[in-house]
Amino acid sequence: MQGFVTFIKKNKQFTVFAILAILVILVAVLAPVIAPQDPYASELKNALQAPSSEHWFGTDKLGRDIFSRVIYGARTSLTSALLLVVIIFVLGTLLGILAGYFGGWVDMVIMRISDMMVSFPGMVLAIAVAGILGASTKNAVIAIAAVSWTKYARLARSLVLKIRHKDYVYAAVVTGSKTGYILYKYMLPNVMTTLIVTAATDIGSMMLELAGLSFLGFGAQAPTAEWGLMLNEGRAYMQYAPWMMLYPGLAILIVVVVFNLLGDSLRDVLDVRDE
Amino acid sequence: MNAKQLGKRLLQIVVVLIGISFFTFILTYLAPGDPVRIMYSASGTIPSEEVLDATREEMGLNDPVLVQYGRWLSGCLHGDFGTSYSNHKPVVQLLLARLWPTIKLALTSLVIMLAISVPFGMLAAVYKNSPIDYLVRGFTFLGVSMPNFWVGLLLLYYVALQWGLLPVVSTGSGFKKVILPAITLAFAMAAKYTRQVRTAVLEELNQDYVTGARARGIKESVILWKHVFPNALLPLITMLGLSLGSLLGGTAVVEVIFTYQGLGNLAVSAITSYDYPLIQGYVLWIALIYMVINLLVDLSYNLIDPRMREKR
Repeated sequence: MQGFVTFIKKNKQFTVFAILAILVILVAVLAPVIAPQDPYASELKNALQAPSSEHWFGTDKLGRDIFSRVIYGARTSLTSALLLVVIIFVLGTLLGILAGYFGGWVDMVIMRISDMMVSFPGMVLAIAVAGILGASTKNAVIAIAAVSWTKYARLARSLVLKIRHKDYVYAAVVTGSKTGYILYKYMLPNVMTTLIVTAATDIGSMMLELAGLSFLGFGAQAPTAEWGLMLNEGRAYMQYAPWMMLYPGLAILIVVVVFNLLGDSLRDVLDVRDE
Repeated sequence: MNAKQLGKRLLQIVVVLIGISFFTFILTYLAPGDPVRIMYSASGTIPSEEVLDATREEMGLNDPVLVQYGRWLSGCLHGDFGTSYSNHKPVVQLLLARLWPTIKLALTSLVIMLAISVPFGMLAAVYKNSPIDYLVRGFTFLGVSMPNFWVGLLLLYYVALQWGLLPVVSTGSGFKKVILPAITLAFAMAAKYTRQVRTAVLEELNQDYVTGARARGIKESVILWKHVFPNALLPLITMLGLSLGSLLGGTAVVEVIFTYQGLGNLAVSAITSYDYPLIQGYVLWIALIYMVINLLVDLSYNLIDPRMREKR
């Protein structure tokens, strides 16, 4: 407990942003409690109503309450963005460590694939993959994961290479440590901090990319409450109901700002230099 | 970059292109949906099973994947990227028609972006930790966190709809049509570049030659513009190359919002109508353009930075 208090005192900035991030997550978890109305209940006679005391953010083309939809949208956006970051983090780190530790053909194959991804605008491939696989939140996550893991692999590989030829690693090999044990006990801890910071700063941009795909119609499908999709729906009614595109965008902005700030301050806490 | 490195890079480009083309080809091959059926339904007829089969045979869709891929690849090498399923024109012709509008959009947004980020980045660096610096940094933070399609929608709503300053639909040609999409694209980029300019200028200001120049009593403005500025610009050139490349490919969202007739818009409609030859052609083109631009940027270092020449 004492340690906890000192940590908070030492890292005030981080604590504030962490609390904000937890609040955002709580909104997503407690969506059924917070949302005043069912986000999917349409009532056509209430369609396209301006914000009022009854509907804080107004209603959309089907008369659904936008405030409730924005609150529920936090669930979709957060789960898919966090899932995406976890996937690329695990996949990238694993492949990067393997490439760095074993070298040779393993390294060559993994690094050539990653070269291919780097020398290419990722969003183009993501759009193509998501479009061809068929539009759904799952496929959007797969598409972005397919083009984003390479960054983590490169980072993990370069960090592993730094310690690969240290004496203590050779000592472990000579004394008969199993390869899996060496990877887990020596390699993994060495790459973790940098990669965690990278992952934390990536949450925001991943959220933006997912929302972008949904906006184009290659992500979440109607009637899901998802911010990118809601913006797309709002676009057609911009002239009559600007609130339809105002609030979902604001929600994205706020959540992305919170997670970007959290990532930046986590970097300061763990004191990792930009590499 | 010497001849050997250049050769290696060119080889790498070829390898990546083959990899990318194979990847997209397999992906479209595995994708659900029957291209022949889609093709016919696009022209509004529903043919019998025999006609469908005959067309498949004629188009070579019954051959093994690798044969199909080989045929397509050799066609590409001869400049024939196939025929679009949805409007029966050669893919090359469709892509070429959209290439210039997208280049125009990308270049305009780069110019706008530089016009914003260079002065503000320099200001923030020179007045480090002053209110100006904090203000600029606050704005850059907001800029990178804002979804660009939302910026586009807001601009569309206020500038075009509410104030009626610019056209809502960016079809046709003319400079007015390109402004709003270009500003939208420039917005997020400007935030990123302002930070980069600030960091680069700060780094240069800490160099010994700056201290030396100051000691000799050279005017601060001369130091800043004649010595610091050119040096700080160098790292930006690589970034500019990368940005131009991803702008050419990544403008899809913005082009869709403003119904701008560029490559990205074409790609999105190709995907929604399962126009596989067009998708494959598009991906390959973007990959080629992107890598050629990056190569040119690396080569340009030889011209711009004398230190690079001396190293060889």
